[in-house]
Amino acid sequence: MSMLESMRSYMRRDQVFEFLIPDTPPDLDITHGVILYLEGITVSFDGFRAINDLNLYIRDGELRCIIGPNGAGKTTMMDIITGKTRPDTGSAWFGQQINLLRMTEPEIAQAGIGRKFQKPTVFEQLTVFENLELAMAGDRRVWSTLVARLDREQQDRIDEILELVGLQELVRVRAGSLSHGQKQWLEIGMLLAQNPKLLLVDEPVAGMTGQEMERTAELLTSLAGSRTVVVVEHDMDFVRSIARTVTVLHQGSVLAEGTMDEIQNDQRVIDVYLGD
Amino acid sequence: MNRLTSLLANDTGGSIFLFLLLLAAILVPVCNLVVAPASSLHVSTYTMALVGKYLCYALLAISVDLVWGYLGILTLGHGAFFALGGYAMGMYLMRQIGARGVYGNPVLPDFMVFLNWQHLPWFWHGFQWFWFAALMVVLVPALLALVFGWFTFRSRVSGVYLSIMTQALTYALMLAFFRNEMGFGGNNGLTDFKDLLGFSLQADTTRAGLFVASALALAGGYLACRALTTARLGRVCRAIRDQEDRVRFLGYRVENVKLWVFTFSAMLAGIAGALYVPQVGIINPTEFSPLASIEIVIWVAVGGRSTLYGAVVGALVVNYAKSFLTAAMPDAWLFCLGGLFVLVTLFLPDGVAGLLRRSGRTGNRPADPLPATPEEEAS
Repeated sequence: MSMLESMRSYMRRDQVFEFLIPDTPPDLDITHGVILYLEGITVSFDGFRAINDLNLYIRDGELRCIIGPNGAGKTTMMDIITGKTRPDTGSAWFGQQINLLRMTEPEIAQAGIGRKFQKPTVFEQLTVFENLELAMAGDRRVWSTLVARLDREQQDRIDEILELVGLQELVRVRAGSLSHGQKQWLEIGMLLAQNPKLLLVDEPVAGMTGQEMERTAELLTSLAGSRTVVVVEHDMDFVRSIARTVTVLHQGSVLAEGTMDEIQNDQRVIDVYLGD
Repeated sequence: MNRLTSLLANDTGGSIFLFLLLLAAILVPVCNLVVAPASSLHVSTYTMALVGKYLCYALLAISVDLVWGYLGILTLGHGAFFALGGYAMGMYLMRQIGARGVYGNPVLPDFMVFLNWQHLPWFWHGFQWFWFAALMVVLVPALLALVFGWFTFRSRVSGVYLSIMTQALTYALMLAFFRNEMGFGGNNGLTDFKDLLGFSLQADTTRAGLFVASALALAGGYLACRALTTARLGRVCRAIRDQEDRVRFLGYRVENVKLWVFTFSAMLAGIAGALYVPQVGIINPTEFSPLASIEIVIWVAVGGRSTLYGAVVGALVVNYAKSFLTAAMPDAWLFCLGGLFVLVTLFLPDGVAGLLRRSGRTGNRPADPLPATPEEEAS
């Protein structure tokens, strides 16, 4: 290209420079009915393949249970989706437009993926209320958090969540002094306050009583439909009570997928997991 | 006024501290200027300057408490920001000397004439104006904190590694400022100041003015930090201190929060340094020494972390002890300092403020402090 032409290309009035285009992530596009695409993902830690050519698709509004023996890669998979771990190969898309592998953890969280950890992780020095306040969806920029005030609507939303997770009496209590089960509920409450489109829930009923388990099951099933829920769980009774589709992971890839009945009658699954 | 009362609600310790500070800001200058020297109520100029110096230290301690107590960044280099603020003020005071220096050069400070320099280095221009120097007092530490923080927080350096890097930062600056070629007076630093804004620094009234200014700066710094820590941002900070990863998964950009709070803290430290220099009459590179920065952390640990007023108490108590002991038993001071740190870590993990709260139930919310002792922090 001659000098003149390149000068002209800079002078064009119908275009803006690329660096001037704001870097806003595209909106969540789920026109094909699939909210999460994981394709050909492989991760190894020191030669050990935690995830091995994993392919998984989650439909919008689905309640999906993921089971698998220890070390099957369930938690690593969640780490990849939320940006904590980068895969060696493969692709991960949230809807058709959002490339998860290019985003940081906060960006992914803001795009609408919420996560509950295996070990309940709440902010122990803050009160139950403050925990929910921080999780509350809203502007996360530094200046906005400095001047942020809770409005009536958010206050009501927190009250609603408190009632839902049964912690109304403990609003002003430090989260660190809650019991294990209460922390689980608080974290579920934080997840709800965050209002994500996709919920990743890692072992939600560990440390819960039978009655609490029922309540959790009820809550998760009621969320599915308007949101998409992915549950990793060990407790087979719990999985049976909520599952519509179950995916079995084994050695970092999908071994089987189907309804609970199909899974229970699948010979490979029986061999590696249900059998022992 | 409403804003003020809402800030100090639930903060009995802070309210008491601000009340005493206000009292001191009025009484000390009055007792120095109005009360006759013969009276037992007279406060000598020496004492006033000494307390004024402590107030600057207290502001510095608050700035460290903000990043250590609330954000969990154990900074061992905050002395650097303090010293940079001090140097910016020192440069203004040097330019004010004018032709009254030993060599009588109207533009060049004495040490430059001594080094046979012909021209004023470029970075000394502008410091003849107070407003420019005042701006630099805040901007230079802020810029350093911003650049340092941008690199370290973005690459997620934390814990003991970050502490060592802050230590290296202040050490490197110390070595640089010791060199004559740097143009900051080498190991002698900047001294022999004459006047500030046209007021003689030797006059009692100027001293009293500086004392009041230090008290006001401390009160302002306290209220600003209190506002920050009681805002949602403060809760985000405490959340980062305890569970950094979890905060990221909630969608907060941890790096940015750390960066801006750290920078704000550096600005406070710079202001403290700028008020310190005219009261002690000298600024030299020893202010950059790693030991000085570690001492600040000890003040905060002694006073009690994440209470803000605890940092003030710690700075006052330790520095008073230092003034007293270095005169009474000069050799024993460092042992006392070390022993104090060990004792506080072992028996008073919440510092003096924690002790006050436990015995007096001063009414601070239980949610406020305190996660870990310095040892756990470092590990």
